[in-house]
Amino acid sequence: MCSGRVDLEFILRAFSNGMDGVFIGGCRLNECNYTTQGNYHALNTALLSRGLIEHIGLNPERLSVEFMSAGEGIRFAEVTNEFVRKVKELGPLGDGEGIDKEELKSNLANLRRLVPYIKQVKHEKLGKPLRNPDEYETYFTSEEIDSLIRDEVSYYIDPEKCQACMICARRCPVEAIISARNQVHIIEQDKCIKCGTCLEVCPTKFNAVRKTSGEPVPPPLPEDERSIVRASKEGVA
Amino acid sequence: MYPDRFNQEISKNKAIHIHFAQAIPLVTYIDESCLYLKEKKCKICTAVCENNAIDFTQKAEKLEVNVGAIILSPGLEPYDPKLRDEYGYGKFQNVVTSMDYERLLSASGPYEGEILRASDKKHPHRIAWIQCVGSRQVTPGGNSYCSAVCCTYTQKQVILTKEHDAEAECTIFHNDIRSYGKDFERYFERAENLAGVRFIRSYVSIGKEDPKTKNVSVRYSTPDDGVQEEEFDMVVLSVGLTPPAGFKGLADKFGIELNSHGFCKSNTSNPLETTMPGVYVSGAFQGPVDIPESVFTASGAGSQVGELLNCRRGKLTTERKYPLERDVSVEEPKVGVFVCHCGANISRVVNVPSAVEYALTLPNVVYAQNQLFSCATNSAKEISDLAKEKGLNRVVIAACSPRTLEALFRDTLREAGINQYYLEMANIREQCSWVHSKEKEEALEKANDLIRMAVARASRLEALEEFDLPVNKQALVVGGGIAGMTCALSIANQGHEVHLVEREADLGGMARRIHTTLEGMDVQAYLRDLTRKVYKHPAVHVYTSATITEATGYVGNFVTRVKSDRGLTEIKHGATVIATGTDLYKPTEYLYGQDDRVMTHLELEERINEGDERVVNAESLVMIQCVGCRNEERNYCSRVCCGESIKNALALKEKNPQMDIYILFRDIRTYGFKEDYYREAASKDIRFIRWEPQDKPEMEATKADGKPVLRVTVTDPILEKKLEIDADIVALAAAVIPRADNKEVSQQFKVSLGPDDFFKEAHVKLRPVEFSADGVYLCGMAHYPKHISETINQAYGAAGRVVTLLSHDTVVASGSVCVVEEKRCMGCGQCVSACTYRAIELRETRQGKKSVVNPVLCKGCGLCNAKCPSGAIQLKHFTDEALLAQIDAAVPEEDIIEQIDAAVAVV
Repeated sequence: MCSGRVDLEFILRAFSNGMDGVFIGGCRLNECNYTTQGNYHALNTALLSRGLIEHIGLNPERLSVEFMSAGEGIRFAEVTNEFVRKVKELGPLGDGEGIDKEELKSNLANLRRLVPYIKQVKHEKLGKPLRNPDEYETYFTSEEIDSLIRDEVSYYIDPEKCQACMICARRCPVEAIISARNQVHIIEQDKCIKCGTCLEVCPTKFNAVRKTSGEPVPPPLPEDERSIVRASKEGVA
Repeated sequence: MYPDRFNQEISKNKAIHIHFAQAIPLVTYIDESCLYLKEKKCKICTAVCENNAIDFTQKAEKLEVNVGAIILSPGLEPYDPKLRDEYGYGKFQNVVTSMDYERLLSASGPYEGEILRASDKKHPHRIAWIQCVGSRQVTPGGNSYCSAVCCTYTQKQVILTKEHDAEAECTIFHNDIRSYGKDFERYFERAENLAGVRFIRSYVSIGKEDPKTKNVSVRYSTPDDGVQEEEFDMVVLSVGLTPPAGFKGLADKFGIELNSHGFCKSNTSNPLETTMPGVYVSGAFQGPVDIPESVFTASGAGSQVGELLNCRRGKLTTERKYPLERDVSVEEPKVGVFVCHCGANISRVVNVPSAVEYALTLPNVVYAQNQLFSCATNSAKEISDLAKEKGLNRVVIAACSPRTLEALFRDTLREAGINQYYLEMANIREQCSWVHSKEKEEALEKANDLIRMAVARASRLEALEEFDLPVNKQALVVGGGIAGMTCALSIANQGHEVHLVEREADLGGMARRIHTTLEGMDVQAYLRDLTRKVYKHPAVHVYTSATITEATGYVGNFVTRVKSDRGLTEIKHGATVIATGTDLYKPTEYLYGQDDRVMTHLELEERINEGDERVVNAESLVMIQCVGCRNEERNYCSRVCCGESIKNALALKEKNPQMDIYILFRDIRTYGFKEDYYREAASKDIRFIRWEPQDKPEMEATKADGKPVLRVTVTDPILEKKLEIDADIVALAAAVIPRADNKEVSQQFKVSLGPDDFFKEAHVKLRPVEFSADGVYLCGMAHYPKHISETINQAYGAAGRVVTLLSHDTVVASGSVCVVEEKRCMGCGQCVSACTYRAIELRETRQGKKSVVNPVLCKGCGLCNAKCPSGAIQLKHFTDEALLAQIDAAVPEEDIIEQIDAAVAVV
């Protein structure tokens, strides 16, 4: 396992659990023992995470990423001590920043919900080796993070159009679509990872999946109003 | 208490002790300082030992073993500075050897990693290193050769000292800085650029000890300030290497000859052979060498023994039988926790019994106990017995870093009939007791945290299959120089077909341009003989004028397409050796290519050999070293040029004793026994003039007294003035440079290049002839510039590793690889671009594009896992579920409950 295995979710989960600081350690940059240079991926994940926690009002210094070799024990001790000192100085998570506990909790939960989406949007940037340390601070700007969250993409199914063919539900990788015969399909927004597969596979003759950006989706139909009344069948009846 | 020999007798130890913390086997023993053994007194230990393990009647036994071959690797002895009174060693308390200092630096050393002075146990602030102690000396008590390793180990000590104490002032007195090894030049610069570090080129003498402060004064001289005396808190003697203790007796016993320095006598064409057939030599008994070279000579000697005893291969091996694995996949997790004392390493700080008690309160834990040394044979047996008895299906070992012992404990699980991937380790030594020795309560809390996290992950581990891959028994060697040919022959002599691919029309590589070695070997005769052996060997298939068009496959199963004289061939092979050699820098300086009196050192060698009169009859000849390297563009030393130039100079003096020869150098790097030739050259009036990089020698073509000359201007550092030398011939020591096609080769075979574009081995010291890509090996100049004897050493070393692989019918691939849950895959391809091993591909299915992992190519880095938006691709053994469980468990459950309570209270 490489430091590049560190997932955005790991970091956010730790903060959600109330950790006051998170430290990521990797091998020295440009000295990868393999061919992956995965520590650059770890660096980018950390930089992005710093931007994300800053976006919800946390001090980005609570997340640290450092690169060193097994032979640098003393440096490791110094870096760790310094990080612990800094985190202590910042105080308990949220308290130090003066954020309401409940608000922090829901903000972190929201970020975690967006992890799959963020991974898709920032994919290229997460895999790029950032050779110049001067670029670190500006790699993910606060404007970029703001718009990333603000312009969140969502998918929903237009109840007027859905013919309950179940294709989208079968293809949804995370089983986020409630489907039943003759019932308008519903995308569960909490489960949806915003991959757009449903939009892609919805037959063009129905064209029922809608994509929005930066606005909430309309609430789903109440369960007892989801039955589809088919025009053709109605005629027969 | 008696002086602890492992700690250079700086600290004390008891008669019963372990040799040192990482000793193998890690067992306690009684040494000759025991009171009972000496005076029949005491015997307290027998009364205390509950297991009756103390046996005073044990005697050394004589064993007779019949063997077909012998490898001598007795190592070396550090030089004893007491042989020369003027070093003050043993007389002044704060004069230590580099070996003493090494122990002072070590966390397991006499003061647990604190550098303290013997006189007052205070931290020294001003420290001096004196280089070449016992080396490069022809005076009585010294050795004439260069010990080859001291420059770099001193730099390491300086860097570590600065890490201990950033304010320390470090001064190194040296003669030349011999950073001739791979990446050494950069390392030297790193040390040199640290604040408060001075490298001073000067002979020194140790003055006196201040009777009050016990500081030591050192006298030295610099061109700028003349003779000075300076006081230091501590003086470190960088002692050289000498032959192993009792070397004469050893030589007599095995019937081998020694060289004039007392090391094993060997020849350039096979440095691993002694003068007695069937007896081989590896490591520092060949001569002063560093760790990487020791390691590959060990493998090389093994390969030669393999050639000799190939008919007996595998006759003494017994296959290990493990009990059948129990299928526990449907059982609830039943975790057993074993908490190790590690002698006192852990228990001195962490209250181990409390940790055991705590472990028993954790979910899924059905059993827990402590152990003195979990890694000891009896403890491993205890774990596997208990696992069977208690029906454990997961085991957590709370001990040290998995890096060293995970393999051992996995084996223990297999012995218990449990899949080895059900093991998890909690590192409560390096990550806890060793760093929290002053905060015992917190240390226990942290140990409990680590154990809780380990149990959480262990509960979610899955049984994994390691799979056997068949091994094709043939090898491919890329490059037909000395390295490639030697390696190919050694592999073929051990019963494997070898395909040797050479890009040129003829075999031989760079060696075709070399006529003799410094030691006098006739290289062309050697090369002819070697080439003949290669062509005559029925198992070696030679492809000349060859290019590799495609290389695919993986360990044991490579497929390489070669276009050559033989047409287009597809070669299936189990192992690959990269021995593609190097190139020579074509100088752009000093009128090279414009004036035919200017030539490279290799061209000079050719002319000398041809007897070119203009060269041999020259009145004056100048050699300029370090042309094209040790600069910004190529920040490394080409290693071979100092020897090459001295060899040429000596050959010229032989033919024309009247010739004035000047060698303009930066540092003369005649390491090891080559130092003797440097001394010989100096004694034959060959003039050595040192230049600094900021003041390079200059040259112009002009006339002197009507005769055309090459006028070389250089600053003489001793006379401190410009010298003008009118030369007839100027030879440039052109750098050895990586081949331009190294990048292409590295991409074809999925191996990496280092910062200077030489091929990068898997580990500098531990795996010096292997790549991190399994089944691909490295030797010769493709790795780094080296002399012929070193190339041969390394070629045999690579052959040894190749045959180790090819002698198996199968190789085992790790079970910790990535796998795709097809339903969850959305076909975005982010995993494909994250994978540098090209182990993942997108395949079209009826449900759209889906990723597929080739487990054989996957190295288990998990980059794809972190990129996957849907969690479809998972790195087995490090799944999201298991790692998140571990992260969640970092917060104790009661804390979470408290948080919830607090939240409820607020509401």
